[in-house]
Amino acid sequence: MRKEKVDVLVIGGGAAGLAAAIESANHGVKTILLERERKTGGVLNQCIHNGFGLHVFKQELTGPEFMELLWEELSKTSAIVKSDSTVLKIAPESKEVTVLSREGVVIYQVKSLIVSTGARERSLNNLGIPGARVAGVFTAGVVQKMVNIYNRLPGHNVLIVGSGDIGLIMARRLKIEGMNVVGVVEIMPEPGGLIRNVVQCLEDFDIPLWLSHTVTEIHGTGRLEGVTVAKVDGELKPILGTEKFLKVDTLVTSVGLIPQNGLIENFVEMDPINRGPVIDDLMRTSVEWIFAAGNNVAVHDLVDFVYEEGKIAGKYAALYALGEKLPGVKYNFKRGNNVGVMLPHRVTGEIPFKMYIRSKKILKSCEVKFNGKRFRIFNWKIRPSEMLDLHLNKFDAFSETTNVEVNELE
Amino acid sequence: MKIYIIGAGISGSLIARELSKYEVEVHLIEKNPDVGWGVTKANSAIIHGGYDDPPGTVRAQFSSIGNKMYDQLSKELDFDFKRIGSYVVAFNENEVLYLKELKERGRKNGVTNLEIVDVKELKTKEPNINENAIAALWCPDAGITEPWEVAIAAIENARKNGLILHLSEKVVDIVVEKGKVKRLVTNKGEYKADIVINAAGLFADEIARMAGAEGFKIYPRKGEYILLDKKLNGLVNSVIFPTPTKTSKGVLVLPTVDGGILIGPNAVDLPVEEKSNLSTTKEGLTEIYGRAKHLVPGIDLSYTIKTFSGLRPENNRKDFIIGATKIWGFINVAGIRSPGLTAAPAFAKYIVEKIFPENLKVNLVKKKEFNPYRKRIPNMSYFNLEKWDKLVKKDPKYGKLVCFCNNVTEGEIVEAIKRGARTVDGVKFRTRASFGRCQGGFCGLKIIEILARELGISVEEVKQNYRNSWIIDGKVRI
Ligand SMILES: Cc1cc2nc3c(=O)[nH]c(=O)nc-3n(C[C@H](O)[C@H](O)[C@H](O)COP(=O)(O)OP(=O)(O)OC[C@H]3O[C@@H](n4cnc5c(N)ncnc54)[C@H](O)[C@@H]3O)c2cc1C
Ligand SMILES: Cc1cc2nc3c(=O)[nH]c(=O)nc-3n(C[C@H](O)[C@H](O)[C@H](O)COP(=O)(O)OP(=O)(O)OC[C@H]3O[C@@H](n4cnc5c(N)ncnc54)[C@H](O)[C@@H]3O)c2cc1C
Repeated sequence: MRKEKVDVLVIGGGAAGLAAAIESANHGVKTILLERERKTGGVLNQCIHNGFGLHVFKQELTGPEFMELLWEELSKTSAIVKSDSTVLKIAPESKEVTVLSREGVVIYQVKSLIVSTGARERSLNNLGIPGARVAGVFTAGVVQKMVNIYNRLPGHNVLIVGSGDIGLIMARRLKIEGMNVVGVVEIMPEPGGLIRNVVQCLEDFDIPLWLSHTVTEIHGTGRLEGVTVAKVDGELKPILGTEKFLKVDTLVTSVGLIPQNGLIENFVEMDPINRGPVIDDLMRTSVEWIFAAGNNVAVHDLVDFVYEEGKIAGKYAALYALGEKLPGVKYNFKRGNNVGVMLPHRVTGEIPFKMYIRSKKILKSCEVKFNGKRFRIFNWKIRPSEMLDLHLNKFDAFSETTNVEVNELE
Repeated sequence: MKIYIIGAGISGSLIARELSKYEVEVHLIEKNPDVGWGVTKANSAIIHGGYDDPPGTVRAQFSSIGNKMYDQLSKELDFDFKRIGSYVVAFNENEVLYLKELKERGRKNGVTNLEIVDVKELKTKEPNINENAIAALWCPDAGITEPWEVAIAAIENARKNGLILHLSEKVVDIVVEKGKVKRLVTNKGEYKADIVINAAGLFADEIARMAGAEGFKIYPRKGEYILLDKKLNGLVNSVIFPTPTKTSKGVLVLPTVDGGILIGPNAVDLPVEEKSNLSTTKEGLTEIYGRAKHLVPGIDLSYTIKTFSGLRPENNRKDFIIGATKIWGFINVAGIRSPGLTAAPAFAKYIVEKIFPENLKVNLVKKKEFNPYRKRIPNMSYFNLEKWDKLVKKDPKYGKLVCFCNNVTEGEIVEAIKRGARTVDGVKFRTRASFGRCQGGFCGLKIIEILARELGISVEEVKQNYRNSWIIDGKVRI
């Protein structure tokens, strides 16, 4: 087994990891980025639709285009990229990171670490929907990869489950590629994705959207032969007598992303709501030499936010590796009324920062308050599926425990 | 002499391996494209202590002996077997009386190391048990394994020793002349056969009817399960049973060999036509959740990985039907319900060592060169990293992870295909790739690619499992 010393090790080469490696290397420290797939880029590789980069590059790019800009930036630095390299474990006491690649097992002795391992898709099996176990049930990301990277189709007649942006985008994609898209079912009374996507992906392509509906049973032997869908009541329970059978050979599910934190969750303080590490404005976890950025911290809507987090993590991980003393935490945030996903959890009060919040409910309009003091009004409909982002550069409303709330405005 | 075994479940595969120790031509015929996909694929995976089967039954005769054989068997065949012990938990005085009855039953079956423990002792070992438990029956001999792996391992080893395996071949008739087995007819051909062993699981009644042996009916009794994530590892450390009822051992909570938690099964009788109905139901899943949660309140369905179900091959005698029949050369190994997994090594030996010489007057000669050992596919959880590093240096494919949830490399998948995997499920059952929390989200397409490459077929031809389980339809654009 080979051992190697490195200042900053970045785990995961998606948008967050690439940005982190760029920034870290730009601070003049030895930086290695490890990616378990053949290519870096993460989910950007398969997102051939546009809608990336509006904030940071001020242009509307596809995923691969966004990725190539990052590669270009990275190639100008001294950062070393190792792909087909998977981190197996992190030893928190010795700061050793064990990596498997075709070269063998390598142990990196690190000064600081950036975890940017992204999220995985929740599978239909994880939901425990009863019925047959058949071929032909895929997550949206798998079908996206199949169509956009492998150039293959999953079947003939397809139903999409879940109306998040990924589900909507895949409905359109499969229709364009010649599949019969029977419809999209969504258990909630409102679509999960952006209205823009509902219009551009479904309405413009005559694909029906069934709100307050869910799949209650899977049928078939061998390959999928059909599914039963039913209307649900206010408690999201299927209503007896509303079942109907849809003859489809393919089911594509888009039922949520889950941050991947298997490497750190046993020794880093975790937030059960974000399903990611507790984080501060320097993207530092509860372990001072471990930083995190991207969809593993919390699932983000926009790659731009992920990119920005990566840059912050890269900077402070590099400074830490250089032996600089980083500021301590001064203010903590506590979830109050209606606050779901929220980050960061605490800040140093030394630098301006961005706070991201998801409302727990759909609100007609709302105000965000810190310690009871109104900070901002959102004069439009707020949904859990859209992150609110707040720019903060004054700290006078904060205290050691700062209460954050999102209140509906009448 | 030609021996044909029908069915490559745990029964057929262990009988095949036992017979491969002797100088005789042995064939194993399985209608599925792979081994171990019948009842053996979906069950509780427990090597039972052997105390609970009614004394005097064939089940009781074989299960405590079978249990003891697992240590040696798992060493020879290199499969996972962990003797983690089991508790039957009582919640009231009536149930404690029943524990005493079980203990007595165990004594009659030759299981003498059972112990009734108080709640304090139970809690030190199983802190997550329901507060209201008052006592438990401890059985140190109970274990867990991976049933399909036992079948796979036994067949790999038997083939090394001469077994001829026929897959995707279905027995459709058995020709009997003058009260003796003569030939076996399959969808692919006809074979001269001297001895036929019927180990056809749920379909053993149909096979017996083909031979004209005495009639019995097998009907399916469904048991549903929910598999929970490794994150819950340690929630229970041994097999946890409730106090049984007249009809079933009840819903259990137990660890799987690779660290997950399994809850189930319920028991629902299905009509005879439904021997392929493996769907799970809302009612069933709700029932097992409720019962499991009563035993271990920490059960949390948000950690669900998947649900599945198995079918018990029941018959009205409620016992195994093992032995020679009025048709010379036709042997039944039928009605192998629970604890079939536990009992199989014992009855496999019994058939070869007792039925052959005593009932058939056939004395087989032992092979001199029988090799009892089979090695598992290399797997990171059994190698230390130094050793794994050396393996990668020999074959870099062992350095390319494919399944991230269960740490399975390309090397393991290629090796599984070399050993007989032809489908995604074939790879999955041999390596645990795509068995984990993401259920193939990251690795599914890669496994398809590797299968296509290694087998020299197109990705469209790769199947999930059975003939009609295609996965990819065709090219997007040509
Ligand atoms: C289908 C889809 C559509 C989207 N559409 C848009 C859009 O239109 N506009 C927009 O702005 N945003 C969009 N997003 C969101 C945006 O793309 C993501 O938030 C962002 O790309 C996530 O980047 P990441 O680096 O956090 O994660 P990922 O891209 O998931 O990268 C994580 C990387 O870490 C690697 N990794 C994980 N574990 C290990 C390990 N142990 N060892 C080594 N490597 C490891 C993974 O292989 C992966 O490459 C979309 C996302 C998806 C999934
Ligand atoms: C819910 C449940 C829980 C259980 N729990 C346990 C437990 O914890 N411990 C325990 O010891 N036991 C348990 N069992 C019992 C155990 O699983 C079975 O006894 C055992 O798997 C039966 O194996 P088998 O080889 O007899 O049958 P199978 O595995 O069904 O094998 C029979 C094979 O015959 C093949 N076949 C059928 N017809 C034909 C034909 N015409 N031509 C060719 N091939 C044919 C089938 O395809 C199949 O592969 C449980 C069973 C169930 C269902």
